[in-house]
Amino acid sequence: MSGHSNYEPKTGIERWLDVRLPVVRLAYDSIIDFPTPKNLNYWWTFGGILAVCLGIQLVTGIVLAMHYVPHVDHAFASVERIMRDVNYGWLIRYMHANGASMFFIAVYIHMFRGLYYGSYKAPREVLWILGCVIYLLMMATAFMGYVLPWGQMSFHGAVVITNLFGALPIVGEAITTWLWGGFAVDNPTLNRFFSLHFLLPFMIAGVVGLHIWALHVPGNNNPTGVNVKSKEDTVPFHPYYTVKDGFAIVVFMIMFATFVFYNPNALGHADNYIPANPLVTPAHIVPEWYFLPFYAILRAVPDKLGGVILMFGAIAVMFVLPWLDTSKVRSMRYRPTAKLYFFIFVLACLILGYCGGKLPDDHVIPGLSTFTLIDADLNSFVWLSRFAALYYFAYFLVVLPVLGLTETPLPQPESISAPVLSHPANAPAGAAASPEKRG
Amino acid sequence: MRPQTKGSFKVADTVVGANPDTHAAGDDPNRRDFIHIAAAVAAGGAVASLAWPFIDQMNPSGDTLALASVEFDLTKVELGQQVVIKWRGKPLFIRKRTGAEIAAAIKDDTADLRDPQTDEERHKPGKAEWLVVIGTCTHLGCVPTFGGGDFGGWFCPCHGSHYDTSGRIRKGPAPKNLAVPDYAFLSDTKVKVG
Repeated sequence: MSGHSNYEPKTGIERWLDVRLPVVRLAYDSIIDFPTPKNLNYWWTFGGILAVCLGIQLVTGIVLAMHYVPHVDHAFASVERIMRDVNYGWLIRYMHANGASMFFIAVYIHMFRGLYYGSYKAPREVLWILGCVIYLLMMATAFMGYVLPWGQMSFHGAVVITNLFGALPIVGEAITTWLWGGFAVDNPTLNRFFSLHFLLPFMIAGVVGLHIWALHVPGNNNPTGVNVKSKEDTVPFHPYYTVKDGFAIVVFMIMFATFVFYNPNALGHADNYIPANPLVTPAHIVPEWYFLPFYAILRAVPDKLGGVILMFGAIAVMFVLPWLDTSKVRSMRYRPTAKLYFFIFVLACLILGYCGGKLPDDHVIPGLSTFTLIDADLNSFVWLSRFAALYYFAYFLVVLPVLGLTETPLPQPESISAPVLSHPANAPAGAAASPEKRG
Repeated sequence: MRPQTKGSFKVADTVVGANPDTHAAGDDPNRRDFIHIAAAVAAGGAVASLAWPFIDQMNPSGDTLALASVEFDLTKVELGQQVVIKWRGKPLFIRKRTGAEIAAAIKDDTADLRDPQTDEERHKPGKAEWLVVIGTCTHLGCVPTFGGGDFGGWFCPCHGSHYDTSGRIRKGPAPKNLAVPDYAFLSDTKVKVG
């Protein structure tokens, strides 16, 4: 982008356009000729998959908005009308509803990829933070979208999430009333959520533009975490990664289509096919699966404000991650100890997600009562959530800061090409052990 | 950047240099600063005063705020049961408590309460059997289920808050007792809420 451009306009009209608005040059430099590390694995394809997910959500969403009615008396019925009467409405709505889940599957893999390979480290801090912003916007968009069908889960989910702000001292009540536009979640709330649900994806698209810009300044990280040293280390984005990303997108779409066509409600809740009733909360209210880990953290804390702070803190801590990890070695391929802690972190996230879907007081191991620790049986999901939440925060606030100073990383290759081009027996050995001396 | 552009910048520099600001020399060095500050303040004030309508439009509108009150005929409630009505978009619990429930609530006046209140303070004088509370959990607003939990009052299914027969929070994450709205007995069998 800022570097040398190899674009040569071939036709007269391209030459004419190039001196007026070099948009073809921009596209050529960004997605055709962009030098990309030649060792990217399939974990790197999720950026492209996410772009496709965003496109699908935008297209299906705009179409759904042509048929949806954002009013408490009509919202539920209009969604049912989309499902039953609108031509291909069932397909478009199932694509949109499952598309949200696919979007989150892809973004979580994309984020874990970044965590494992140290893609958040200098000089990619801004790239990482922009990604965190996109993730926050995605969560806000998904939450408001889930409210729109105005089913039981929609309504009570909206009640619970808006009430989170009520935990704030002094201003809490004023903020919830302001969010609701009334004394409770009601028609004004539904209307504004529809408006914002329409707006936010375009904001996401804008931040995605910045995210890609910030990616193209330092270029891609890669599985070795070693900087690109020469032209030898890279291949042009097209055709190498257009094809690799394209293949991954096709595989991902097969999974997407399996959900849409064979099990479209697998990731939803039956309760949301019951129209919203403000007088009865469903017995087992849970958020969509992609919010479950944070929901488990919220419930793990026996104090309202404390729970809300920790839940938002779980996301906030990701913003400062680039300054928490003290290791200079990017890829955990060369950090065996960190790798172990990383996989426990992934496990902790999965456990939190599992706990978030269970009743807090239920037993983890059925039928086994142990003893009451403070306020709940030790063999309960609330305690399992607490241990997992503790590890979640400890990973960011203790493990990564301390490990970078104490661990002994494995020798890193001199360049991306080195381990490929040299014979295995001649692999680089004896690299400096102390991480702080490494570039 | 093309060479021509650089050239034109140079010309611009020369123009500024050839026409020095007569006020900048010494007698009034702050006049330009003043204009900048005044412009910034005016623009900031304009933005702030324009922002407020866009923020405040989300607050409850006049018709929503117009206080809605409901009257309720108490003869509909059986002893030991509750009736749920909708008031200002939220559920309202009207519970006719049994003697045992009232006794349990009074006994717990001295218990370790998170939001200390006596049972006496939570019902109208001489009307101990009638408990009128807003039916939203003070944790995150779910509707607690009648008769559940460890204290026989209500249990919130969302995050496990237990309320006693006086609607006081006893266990779980909720910080406050179930709220008692403004209400009055119009007669022995009729209340007006709001």
